Amino acid sequence: MADLSVNLSGLHISNPIIPASGTFGFGHEFAGFYDINILGSFSFKGTTREPRFGNPAPRIAEASAGMLNAIGLQNPGIDRVISEELPRLRQVFSKPVIANISGFSLEEYAYCCERIDKEEQVGIIEVNISCPNVRDGGMSFGTTPESAAAVTRAVKAVTTKPVYMKLSPNVTDIAEIAAACEEAGADGISLINTLTGMRIDLKSRKPVLSNITGGLSGPAVFPIALRMVWEVYEAVSIPIIGMGGVSTADDVIEMMLAGAAAVGVGAANIRDPFASKKIIESLPDSMERLGISRLADIIGGAH
Amino acid sequence: MKKNKFIVKSNRLLAKYTYEMELKGDISSIKRPGQFIHIELDGFFLRRPISICDWTASSLTIVYKAVGRGTEYMAGLAEGAELEALVGLGNGFDTQKSGEKPLLIGGGAGIPPLYALTRKLLENGKKVTVVLGFNSADEAFYISKFTTLGANVIITTADGSLGVRGLVTDAMDGLDYSYTYACGPEPMLKAVYDKALTDGQYSFEERMGCGIGVCMGCVYRSKTGYKRICKDGPVLEKEEILWQT
Repeated sequence: MADLSVNLSGLHISNPIIPASGTFGFGHEFAGFYDINILGSFSFKGTTREPRFGNPAPRIAEASAGMLNAIGLQNPGIDRVISEELPRLRQVFSKPVIANISGFSLEEYAYCCERIDKEEQVGIIEVNISCPNVRDGGMSFGTTPESAAAVTRAVKAVTTKPVYMKLSPNVTDIAEIAAACEEAGADGISLINTLTGMRIDLKSRKPVLSNITGGLSGPAVFPIALRMVWEVYEAVSIPIIGMGGVSTADDVIEMMLAGAAAVGVGAANIRDPFASKKIIESLPDSMERLGISRLADIIGGAH
Repeated sequence: MKKNKFIVKSNRLLAKYTYEMELKGDISSIKRPGQFIHIELDGFFLRRPISICDWTASSLTIVYKAVGRGTEYMAGLAEGAELEALVGLGNGFDTQKSGEKPLLIGGGAGIPPLYALTRKLLENGKKVTVVLGFNSADEAFYISKFTTLGANVIITTADGSLGVRGLVTDAMDGLDYSYTYACGPEPMLKAVYDKALTDGQYSFEERMGCGIGVCMGCVYRSKTGYKRICKDGPVLEKEEILWQT
């Protein structure tokens, strides 16, 4: 019997598949398609202190083997996430969820993490310092080792739950930033967020996205994500949630060989609401074909 | 909403750029006219949202314009081709609010969902007037189908090559109606909204990601909070609409 279970900072999950933040809402929409308790966990939509509407439309553009989004962290705000979304999630998901938290100041990150720390349903806090679609926040904290470490320290001071820092690929040396987060006390690293890109409409000769740029995700970014997971694995000893373009069980295994202890599935959920389910169901076959009996054994196996 | 396999039963050119495709498969999740189907296409990452024109017990019809690479690919699909699609998405039109003499106004690619709406309203015993707006006669489609259903049909063309010369709003003067249903490009919706004398429902369009209300890609700021066009829409009540421009 194939063993798919993995361990993230003491959180044992039945398989490594974690739908990525922003591609799975707060879970209940997908519960209409399948029993989401089959997931290892999932990371809920990036949440800020205040409710946010996000960017004007159009927010979505297509790319070869992927898509761009410029949502701009639309979310109902931490109060409603705690009072409405988590109780609603409890009806359909009995496992610990990953809380994705974003912010525009150290105080805001700390405030939201302190609030979410009290929620029993939350197993891990994933701190988003990598959103490419908002100004003066999000990604600006994730682009230097110093600011990434400062957010890590601010958050670690107010929570007892494992803290995973979600990093941006739009940097010169992601391993250096991951190492700074580890030194500041991070329990794990999530990577990658989306890559900044754009499209231009040939008829109007204007950018497709109202935000001009957006974040590229989907199979197009998989080799980049894999390379960055490889580099971060070499630089840190804390667990990695690897993500970026994962769309098959073989991609999951490749990502784990590069160093991921668990694997996020993002844009694939947008293309096909059943994507994460299909990947989980086909993992045992891929493992058998590749002679893997215990998935946790292959983490970083390619190094 | 359901994800199902469909077989292309027919796919034919109706008018300039405009195709009609009949898809055979499980349509049980379609509840209302104005809902849409989200079609997966080989070689394209995002699905294509297309409004449902009409349906029977075992098939549905879409009428779409081939105006981009995805819809051009669709236009090339032959009978027997298999497609996967999410079906029965979106809220659709509420036929209960129509009153006795509803007015339906469609422009171009916004016309197809009004076909099933017309059929339902006529089945409910309503006296239906339909205004169909096209750029020119060579882009016109479905006129005789609407007439055959039993609706009072008024045609407008921007160049005057068929029916009333002008915009759909030019045909609204003097009409006696109890409720307004509209689907078409946003400038048309705005013009109808400004001119309509009754309450109504307006079907919007936006670039979509998931189609199931998760990704927040197609969000519209309404008077009553944000609306996901794919899930809370595409049909909005007149009093909810907050024009962005």
